[in-house]
Amino acid sequence: MFKKLLIANRGEIAVRILRACRDLGVAGVALYSEVDRTALHVRMADEAYAIGPAPSRESYLRIDKLMEVARRSGCDALHPGYGFLAENPELPRACANAGITFVGPPAGAMERLGAKTAARELAFRAGVPMVPGVREPIPQLEAARRIADEIGYPVLLKAVAGGGGKGMRVVSGAHELASAWRDAASEALNAFGDERVYIEKYLDRPRHIEMQIFADAHGNVVYLGERECSVQRRHQKVIEEAPSPFMTPELRRAMGEAAVRLAREAGYTNAGTAEFLVDANRNFYFLEVNTRLQVEHPVTEAVTGLDLVELQLRVAAGEQRPIKQQDVTLHGHAMECRIYAEDPENHFFPSPGKIISWRPPHGPGIRLDEGVYSGWTVPGDYDPLLAKLIASGGSRVEVIARLQRALSEFQITGIRTNTLLFEKILADPDFQKGAIHTRWLDERLASLLPARVSHADSPSEALEIKVAMIAAALWHLGQSKSANEQPAPSGSRWRDDGRHEQISRTPDR
Amino acid sequence: MKFDVRIGTLTRQIEIQRSGPNQFAVVSDDRTHLDTKIDDTKIDAVEVAPNTYSILVNGRAFEAIVVPAAEGVLVRCAGREFHAIVSDPRAWRGGRGPLFGAEGKQKVTAPMPGKVVRVLVSAGDTVEANQGLVVVEAMKMQNEIRAPKAGTIERIFISEGQAVAAGDALVTIN
Repeated sequence: MFKKLLIANRGEIAVRILRACRDLGVAGVALYSEVDRTALHVRMADEAYAIGPAPSRESYLRIDKLMEVARRSGCDALHPGYGFLAENPELPRACANAGITFVGPPAGAMERLGAKTAARELAFRAGVPMVPGVREPIPQLEAARRIADEIGYPVLLKAVAGGGGKGMRVVSGAHELASAWRDAASEALNAFGDERVYIEKYLDRPRHIEMQIFADAHGNVVYLGERECSVQRRHQKVIEEAPSPFMTPELRRAMGEAAVRLAREAGYTNAGTAEFLVDANRNFYFLEVNTRLQVEHPVTEAVTGLDLVELQLRVAAGEQRPIKQQDVTLHGHAMECRIYAEDPENHFFPSPGKIISWRPPHGPGIRLDEGVYSGWTVPGDYDPLLAKLIASGGSRVEVIARLQRALSEFQITGIRTNTLLFEKILADPDFQKGAIHTRWLDERLASLLPARVSHADSPSEALEIKVAMIAAALWHLGQSKSANEQPAPSGSRWRDDGRHEQISRTPDR
Repeated sequence: MKFDVRIGTLTRQIEIQRSGPNQFAVVSDDRTHLDTKIDDTKIDAVEVAPNTYSILVNGRAFEAIVVPAAEGVLVRCAGREFHAIVSDPRAWRGGRGPLFGAEGKQKVTAPMPGKVVRVLVSAGDTVEANQGLVVVEAMKMQNEIRAPKAGTIERIFISEGQAVAAGDALVTIN
């Protein structure tokens, strides 16, 4: 096993990897940008080093700085997490040059699978079914127009380097193509440093089901079952679960074996995920391979009983066959909610800022993978993921009940989050039946967004309104009290914003 | 101390008396029979964490979280969210109405801190309600700020590449 691991990431995933380090007795080295000095991953690390200003292109995306920290601190391995440089083949190359083990696939396999167009080429050779579309990046808008006309609208523009719904746009007709092209390319350039985009046919109401694979360096490849991630908002996963409520043992085996074929064809090692779309007739279509640990890996951990980060480290350290296919058995059910700093009621605008209080849920079947703490200021420079709330249990029904209980306990003040939206989704009859598809949430959103109460329909509602009024009055009392006692600086964004508005409004009156 | 609190169409007067360091007794005016079964002398409220209140009403336990909003506050309680407007006779903010309505000039402000990545309109342009005006990037997402009403772009305060704070003016529409 390694002695010291450089964690080339931040937030909840850096914390998750640090926890695996602790379990294995490996020292964990953190990195931080100027705005992350007090981030949780820095507080928890054995060592931590500054790598530059807030913008990720000047800090977390700088391979040269990562390598310098690795050398200076004497790391023998590097874990990229997800996002940032996790799927950039230059990182494993730089690690190899520096004599550091990269916890992930070799650069070659990453190129063969990571670039989405190359993966489609490879899937074609491995005989894995695919969504109609192109197998190479599209050079300019004119070519995109021609291809989109050939495939037929609606089409999907996707970043070659993409992930997490970034650099992705649905185009319903030719008139939308130019602006969608511009947005997808610029978002892709910002997120991945690569503006190349390609086109796929947009399937109607498919389910998103992905297969977790693991390959050691000795040619052994296994699949660890599926995750269903059909609840998405604009292609960004919102809820993930394992197993899929739509799965059959036959389909699982067929998809698992297809994923294993892809991994073998690519010479893949370590953890990876083959993503598929599945239609109502249980036909599956290869989408892409994520050549890294997924955000939603905890649901697989819950149903397999495995620690995927530990497995990643053991495979990277050269251990042979840490797990055999016949040993992989799935028990019970698990589900994850991604807790974001965003305001579902106001166009899902991001909500960075200071977390005034943070009371996490606990109890049977609950796991929280968090990257923040009470009193910390969430910077506006990175992804809004604050934490992942995972529930596990014997059945899907039990898991939903546990998640609902946990969400009702989860209290976050200071910033806006999407916890209330999760309560609405989990209570939805279609969701509870598992009748979901990748556009389900986008279509349902308007009716799911919690309606603000304006009048009492029942005595119990009258009581709740009364309690809400009391709370509002108590808050106001606290505000006016602190305003009287310390009039100058205040902790209230509301009041600051109010003042700010007053000032900035003056010129045009 | 007395407050008038409005939630939707209901307005009630809530009187709060301090009974301990973070503890309060609550009296409210219920002549309008909002909740006739509640004995107001038995409401006990404690601020258990910043902006978080444990409220016991005749033994029924509630927790409420208060978050400031653009106007008033949002109260999260019993799995729901309530929009409450509080006016306090001695308030620093009392009586201030909206400066611009849907009629007349309207200022569009940044809802969160971020960076302006695109300005989609120019001064003098005619825009429809809900038309995209400015794209602000924050937390790696590009967020399109839309026109609250139809009109003419009178002034643009920002340029592409510029950093903005929450509440900064972006454009005015007349």
